[in-house]
Amino acid sequence: MSYQIPKFRHPELPKNELGYTKADYEGAISTLCAGCGHDSISGAIIKAVHELSIEPHKIAKLSGIGCSSKSPTYFLGKSHGFNSVHGRMPSVVTGAAMANRDLLYLGVSGDGDTASIGLGQYGHAARRNLNMVYIVMNNGCYGLTKGQDSATADEGSISKKGEPNPFGSIDLPAVALQLGATFVARSFSGDKEQLVPLIKAAMSHRGFALIDVVSPCVTFNNTAGSTKSYEYTREHMEATGTVDFVPMHEEITTKYDPGKTRDVTMHDGSVVRLKKVDDSFDPFDRMSAMVALEKSRQSGQILTGLLYMDKHSRDLHEALATSKRPLNELTETELCPGSKVLEQINQSLR
Amino acid sequence: MNASVAPIKAVNDFVIKFANVNGTGSASANNLFAKALFRMGLPVSPKNIFPSNIQGLPTWYEVRVSEKGYLGRRGGVDIMLSVNPQSMASDIQEVESGGYFIYDNTKALDLRLHRADITFIGIPLTAICNEQYKDPRQRQLFKNVIYVGALAALLDMDFKVLTALVSDQFKGKEKLVLPNIAALELGHQYAREHFSCPLSIRVETRDVVGDNILLDGNTALGLGTVYGGATVAAWYPITPSTSVVDAFDKYAKRMRINAGTGEHNYAIVQAEDELAAIGMVIGASWNGARAFTATSGPGLSLMSEFLGLAYFAEIPTVLIDVQRAGPSTGMPTRTQQSDVLSAAYASHGDTKQVLLFPSSPAECFEFGASSFDLAERLQTPIIVMTDLDLGMNDNMSPPLKWDDQRTYDRGKVLNAEQLDSMERFGRYLDVDGDAICYRTYPGTHPNKGTFFTRGTSRDEYAVYTEKGEEYEKNMLRLMRKWETIKEYVPEPEFKVASQKTNLGVIYYGTSEASTLEALDYLSDEGVYLDAMRVRSFPFNDDVEAFIAQHDRVFVVEQNRDAQLRTLLMAEFEFGPDKLKSVLCFDGTPISARNIKKQIKQQLPGSNVTPFQRRFRRAQGGAA
Repeated sequence: MSYQIPKFRHPELPKNELGYTKADYEGAISTLCAGCGHDSISGAIIKAVHELSIEPHKIAKLSGIGCSSKSPTYFLGKSHGFNSVHGRMPSVVTGAAMANRDLLYLGVSGDGDTASIGLGQYGHAARRNLNMVYIVMNNGCYGLTKGQDSATADEGSISKKGEPNPFGSIDLPAVALQLGATFVARSFSGDKEQLVPLIKAAMSHRGFALIDVVSPCVTFNNTAGSTKSYEYTREHMEATGTVDFVPMHEEITTKYDPGKTRDVTMHDGSVVRLKKVDDSFDPFDRMSAMVALEKSRQSGQILTGLLYMDKHSRDLHEALATSKRPLNELTETELCPGSKVLEQINQSLR
Repeated sequence: MNASVAPIKAVNDFVIKFANVNGTGSASANNLFAKALFRMGLPVSPKNIFPSNIQGLPTWYEVRVSEKGYLGRRGGVDIMLSVNPQSMASDIQEVESGGYFIYDNTKALDLRLHRADITFIGIPLTAICNEQYKDPRQRQLFKNVIYVGALAALLDMDFKVLTALVSDQFKGKEKLVLPNIAALELGHQYAREHFSCPLSIRVETRDVVGDNILLDGNTALGLGTVYGGATVAAWYPITPSTSVVDAFDKYAKRMRINAGTGEHNYAIVQAEDELAAIGMVIGASWNGARAFTATSGPGLSLMSEFLGLAYFAEIPTVLIDVQRAGPSTGMPTRTQQSDVLSAAYASHGDTKQVLLFPSSPAECFEFGASSFDLAERLQTPIIVMTDLDLGMNDNMSPPLKWDDQRTYDRGKVLNAEQLDSMERFGRYLDVDGDAICYRTYPGTHPNKGTFFTRGTSRDEYAVYTEKGEEYEKNMLRLMRKWETIKEYVPEPEFKVASQKTNLGVIYYGTSEASTLEALDYLSDEGVYLDAMRVRSFPFNDDVEAFIAQHDRVFVVEQNRDAQLRTLLMAEFEFGPDKLKSVLCFDGTPISARNIKKQIKQQLPGSNVTPFQRRFRRAQGGAA
């Protein structure tokens, strides 16, 4: 069963430009465990979309299978949703995006769904630069089947089962970078200040935008020896810098020190303002992002923030030169060549 | 040219087979030969029998010429044209007594291979080419054209038709026309000078082809999907289905690109595997585009998890399965009808999938287009079950037809206005009593009509629930929908015997032509059978009635396990004693002679043990 949130709300909830309150972007009451990181990410998605003033029905939310993939029920209740099969959300999004290029596609997945059964589809969606936001709720374990290690669990990490994981982990941002993703970020479910602007920037990006969000599993993987626990993540998190997001229709008012900050205009006119902590890091250079990821991995840190962005990204629709008008709006008039053409074809086959 | 048996005499009715080496350019020369006969007004059915290989292995091209219009495989070879020493020994064995073996005698024939009951005709093809051409590639390519020229003389073909065809074939590459005509003349002249032409097997110009066309089923299907309004094609390369998407690509490039803007009114995504291909089709269809994929047996297996989702979530899905010999990697270049059961019940859980069985290119075109109407009307996967024989061989077919008044049936989809006038939208609510519910596309209305699509259970309003009664109610509705589907899918075709009979025969797809020919042979011997061609699954009531009306019904199919027969027994309550199998599963198209033989063996009173039982007995199992 899913339970709906009671309709009653404070009458003076803030409204966005479309006149919607945050309540208009909520979903059913979560059935995940109390304290689950995924619920915080759902909250961040709701906040980001509300603040971006996107009409809820212009978003399609899709997922695979797992705790993470259940979460789309708990946000954006006025959006169409699709809970597909395990590891195959990217292909369903690919088809959906081909059919209607005018919607915003939000894919939600987990570490099992993405790094194991769905690694192939994940890689190929990145490689094709499919125009979508891909959020991984990454807790390093399989929740619904009671806590097995996943492919993103770090070597030596000890979950509730009590045995150290003997295998190395798959670093999803590193994989995405290598395969050509054009927006790559990592964040932490416990850091909304970082996560919300990253989600906004990802939604304004044209192309494949990955946000890998460390999202601790309170039931199976929040133990002292785990590298995906709340405590461990807070202690070992380091950020590439901060990200502010200014929607296209807002003016930039605050001034920053130009040496440390950089404004990037997205294709929809919004501005992402990046404030770096380390001058040697360049988020517009794929190599720099790869080096930074590897360095932090070697030092046992979790590098978060915006890792890479390609401002001139060319998405799948551009590569295929698909019509500006969504394919699902085309009718017989545009699609059917008619009987005269067919008669010519018949004639050529005699 | 001496034979101990009188040579076969035939005008416009024979089988000729070419034994080639693949990758040597023989295919286009052999096509030239078949097309020329077709242009002489003769029904032909050429079949490529080729290996899964790029270059160097034996490959055959068999052409049936039949003024009567028999287009299936007859069985037996009257003329073998051999340019492949690798397969020569068995090729000689295959010729009918009284037939001809035409070969390259640059190297003398091994006398141990000689047969006294057939006529050997040696043409020094290699020697002629070596003398005429310096470039090794030309020597190889023109060798094929030279034997076509020789055949023209030996069979008395209209030489002008051949030269005109060459000019058509090389339109835009005029430089190639004259050298090809010269090669045809070389062969023609050699044959005229060295043999008494024509042979006892020959052709005469007729006009029995009418407005028919010569086309392969895959191209027809690809073109059908363009006409049917497909905008998204997602696929993974696999023989023998690849040319379906190639054809979609070719015709879409020609007819679906806006000349002014260069924008494409279609998208083709070559997926990373078949799992992704079907996922893309489901995503696109969910979002209101007409989308399809094409695959073969192994791909169908990979797609089966998603097919269950599409069945249960009721998402229109068009899948074209060009069947090949299975299982596993199977024989990718050999034909079979062996995916019937795995397609009909594809996926885990209780699933039944809609199948269509085309048997001609014209029907491939029609099903290519109408499968989208069916998928959207019925909100379920539609699997078009063709095979390599139909898909990759040129088949004579009635012309393709399109009525310009025809519109697409987009099924039950609600728009914003309709949603506004509704109290509450229920995605899985049976409003009309036909068990087909209304759906909405994402993005239709700001606050009405959205729903959550799931593979797991939900209620009529698409709200998540695991209540057993809700699940059961939905599954029963899907069964009722199955009944509705029977009213929409193509009905069977009947051919009543010229005399009243209690025997019937059922066939589908590419078994049609050979079965009809076998029925003529049988009626010549006084055995009459009423015939029914099944065109879809679910079977409608006419199928059941046909079986009920006959005492014994033969089911002709190209697989080992009698899959359609199994399906008939599972869906109806007929016993195995009533339904008899006629099977061919060697990877080549079933022949008329084979069908006749198997039917005769199983006629009442002949006391022949059925194949499956015979096999079990031979293995020492219970009979």
